[in-house]
Amino acid sequence: MKLELNVNGEVRHADVRPAELLLDVLRENFGLTGAKPGCRNGDCGACTVTVDGWPMKSCLMLAVEAAGKAVQTVEGLGGTPEQTAFVEKFAFQCGYCTPGFIMNVHALRRIHPQADEAAVRDWLQSNICRCSGYEEIREAVECVLRSRPPADNEP
Amino acid sequence: MIPFDFDYYRPATVQEAVSLYARLDREGKRPLYWSGGTEIATFARWNRIYTEAVIDLKAVPECRALTVGDREMTFGSALSLSEIHDSGAFPLLGETGGGIADRTSRNKITLGGNVCSRMIYKEAVLPLLLADSDVLVAGASGVRRVPIGRLFDRSMRIGRGEFLVQFVMDAGYRTMPYASVKKRKASAIEYPIVTVAALATGSGIRFAFSGLCDFPFRSAEMERILNRRELPAGERIRQAAARLPAPVIGDIKASAEYRKWVWTITTEDVLKALEPQA
Ligand SMILES: Cc1cc2nc3c(=O)[nH]c(=O)nc-3n(C[C@H](O)[C@H](O)[C@H](O)COP(=O)(O)OP(=O)(O)OC[C@H]3O[C@@H](n4cnc5c(N)ncnc54)[C@H](O)[C@@H]3O)c2cc1C
Ligand code: FES
Ligand code: FES
Repeated sequence: MKLELNVNGEVRHADVRPAELLLDVLRENFGLTGAKPGCRNGDCGACTVTVDGWPMKSCLMLAVEAAGKAVQTVEGLGGTPEQTAFVEKFAFQCGYCTPGFIMNVHALRRIHPQADEAAVRDWLQSNICRCSGYEEIREAVECVLRSRPPADNEP
Repeated sequence: MIPFDFDYYRPATVQEAVSLYARLDREGKRPLYWSGGTEIATFARWNRIYTEAVIDLKAVPECRALTVGDREMTFGSALSLSEIHDSGAFPLLGETGGGIADRTSRNKITLGGNVCSRMIYKEAVLPLLLADSDVLVAGASGVRRVPIGRLFDRSMRIGRGEFLVQFVMDAGYRTMPYASVKKRKASAIEYPIVTVAALATGSGIRFAFSGLCDFPFRSAEMERILNRRELPAGERIRQAAARLPAPVIGDIKASAEYRKWVWTITTEDVLKALEPQA
């Protein structure tokens, strides 16, 4: 089927099977490899993107379900406070989980800029870091949420 | 990757969805209603499910309804568990649903998909059982309204081609004291060893359980025993345990004996917390 998707603010076209997952279309058809395949089972969060601003596991969503919605991947962020904080706090080791964490935190900061500790924990538990750099990730998230309320013109 | 092909349909009305199912079924496509789609997508990858056509219910407005009126509240089957939680409309439902999977997955998992899940837990059904919800079921002859106690017996007993549209319940339940406790083996994101949900109504405490047997349930007989205030809590729970509707399950997470012990202490805690308020 012919599919039109809005990804990172650009309209893109692909000829895909309706059974194709968003994760695979982003990576294979559009070359956007920021969303990572991990468990492909909804367990690890490495494939997280945002859809209309909400974090979604792209391995749990058909590409066709995203038609008419705004999909954002880590490639579309371009220097957000989350990315800076992850670098400054050394919040990654191998980096495989990083795009997923960043997309989730980016959505959290925009949707719940005043998120309390419990909400932060609830949201962040959706992502797993096999290198177990959780302490640094927590510091990066704290730093972003406490110091940088979202500006309207941010991506 | 999903290893087989299927067609994708996105009907805009209840009637269109039902007609589509009937046609696709006649054509031998083994259609499935698709709500969050998380279970179909993951089961498909493991070849645990097969279909040649899915019917996405998320564009059917009735399936997306969320209203709280003076008398009744309504939850559409295609609302995500996160939407229900964040609405604060029915805290018992929001919290119990909020214990399922993880936050990002709950942005996609829906109420209807969870209660129709092929897995044994279906935790979101517990509040619906406790609140004596009615279920609006769409089928070839229109939409029928059925008390959940008549529809849910281990799983949703709906006919071929029928789907759940909405859950409607008395709005009074939203402010009653409640408890929803999920006990997991190790991590914060896991299927339950046992989940105990309870609601303190004017006529006693209602209980529903998931994870204990291989289906979620609410038992009138167990509830009668658990509300016999003349007996000590421990004795009531011992007697109620003798009336379980099926054997307690034992698996890699917990032996049957351990699971029953976890259920016993959790139920006792809930009873002690809610009894003064009932
Ligand atoms: C990471 C993860 C962790 C999980 N942990 C838990 C947990 O702790 N507890 C728990 O209870 N579950 C848990 N689950 C299971 C999950 O709840 C189910 O897979 C999910 O609820 C299915 O919801 P869905 O909306 O995606 O359903 P779908 O995949 O859309 O559908 C599931 C089934 O229901 C049918 N269906 C869907 N909607 C309707 C309808 N309106 N009427 C009739 N039939 C319908 C479909 O045809 C399909 O057979 C977990 C899932 C994941 C991915
Ligand atoms: S790859 Fe999607 S959650 Fe792991
Ligand atoms: S940095 Fe390696 S998985 Fe997280």
